[in-house]
Amino acid sequence: MTIRGAAYVAGIYEHPRREIPDRTLFEIHTEVALGALADAGLAMSDIDAVFCDGTAGFGPMSLVEHFGLSPSYFDSTETGGSSYLAHVGHAAAAIAAGKCSVALITLAGKPRTGRSVVAYAQSPEAGFESGWGVSGAPHTYALAAQRHMYEFGTTSAQLAEIKVAASIHAQYNPNAFLPYAVTVEDVLNSPLVADPLHRLDCCVVTDGGGALIVVSPEVARSLNRTSAKILGHGEAIKHTDNGGIDLTYTGAVWSGPRAFAEAGVSVADIKYASIYDSFTITVLQTIEDLGFCEKGQGGKFVMDGGLVAPFGKLPFNTDGGGLCNNHPSNRGGITKVIEAVRQMRGEAHPSVQVPNCQVSLAHGTGGSLGSKHGSVTLILGQEDA
Amino acid sequence: MLPAPAPVINSTTAEFWKATTEGRFILQRCNGCDIVLWFPRRNCPKCWTEDVSSFDAQQSGTIYSFTVVRKGKGAFQDAGPFVIAYVELADGPRIMTNIVDCDLDALHIGMPVEMVFHDTGEGSALYRFRPASR
Repeated sequence: MTIRGAAYVAGIYEHPRREIPDRTLFEIHTEVALGALADAGLAMSDIDAVFCDGTAGFGPMSLVEHFGLSPSYFDSTETGGSSYLAHVGHAAAAIAAGKCSVALITLAGKPRTGRSVVAYAQSPEAGFESGWGVSGAPHTYALAAQRHMYEFGTTSAQLAEIKVAASIHAQYNPNAFLPYAVTVEDVLNSPLVADPLHRLDCCVVTDGGGALIVVSPEVARSLNRTSAKILGHGEAIKHTDNGGIDLTYTGAVWSGPRAFAEAGVSVADIKYASIYDSFTITVLQTIEDLGFCEKGQGGKFVMDGGLVAPFGKLPFNTDGGGLCNNHPSNRGGITKVIEAVRQMRGEAHPSVQVPNCQVSLAHGTGGSLGSKHGSVTLILGQEDA
Repeated sequence: MLPAPAPVINSTTAEFWKATTEGRFILQRCNGCDIVLWFPRRNCPKCWTEDVSSFDAQQSGTIYSFTVVRKGKGAFQDAGPFVIAYVELADGPRIMTNIVDCDLDALHIGMPVEMVFHDTGEGSALYRFRPASR
């Protein structure tokens, strides 16, 4: 059994705000859930499955109680920012197995005006990763960038091209946190955070959230709204492997082939890609690992507007991505799916809408390229694909 | 000196951290599949046997990757720029650590380094590295 065609993304909602001091975490969950339901043309009472990350109180129990639901299926897979792409795959599998027919996936967070939740201190590796002054994601992603540069000659100017492409897209998004275009020089002249990563190599920090509604084919057919068909899903966790870590590749080397095999498509079929962009290096390594170019050639691939929509080699992150638009709760996975669905519906901004966009890819990376991370790849098609 | 915050210690890691206060760096070897383990564990992560033994490891290696953190937080807030790195130990494992007592501009991947211990004052010492003296 595969999930190919077994489920559809029928509703999406991205919270329009980037600072939300006047709402609690759970109120944001409600707001985005209602937004996605309205987009799909469904009601809270239609939901029979709930998916959330590990930051929503006592897992799905708190959230379900808050929503006032009694779902027949739930899942709180926690792989950082990639969680929500895993939720889509798990929802599709549950729908294919007949466990549910309308799944709600929500993300909410307040890193600007509240507290982020971290329950990492009790993990067995904590004492061996936490004493070195690592106090932010840039510090360990920088280790991956440095090693990639050493092995393949990747340059800071090439990494900067990724930010430039995202910023070109962000200027069409009025909700974007940084809604203006920047240059390679702007990136290189921004302060170093952790060599070789500059401030503008990093994603934005925003409050906010998003929601997705995943439904069965029968439900999708009953709706007036255009859905995106789920064609394939692959997931993997890459970790330090008993001291054997190789910082030059990501878990996409495993999640990508799984998703492509299930979808029955190849990289040549992908017209648009939402690529997780916590940092510029995250994008560079991921596009190599998904097979859009040879390993080590990502730097060359992104030059000369390779990622710029609508006519680059691989139009990416047309909402401005985590690098410029939104990275709610320090987790960019849900917005990756949302923008891919906009592209499949033909509802991205006209300046960045990819023409004839029949098949797209969304990829999430949660955790750190510098230690352990969850990689999840989704492949989506148009409703009649 | 770079701040040396005490690590989380549990029953599995107590022997390892006690040794650091004596200037020793312990690694484990699996007696089933003869691999070196990192970090301390009860079971080998390859064959899952509990038949693992400890040995005093070589206190040297080379830089696998590094970054200069421009401004730290928490205990490292006033530390100034400092270096986080992975060092590939002479005994094999690549471990996260700091490089200290170094010229930031002279650091490079492949640089030979030697271990130093920084006492946390709480029954443990952090294993860090400096450029090798020879």
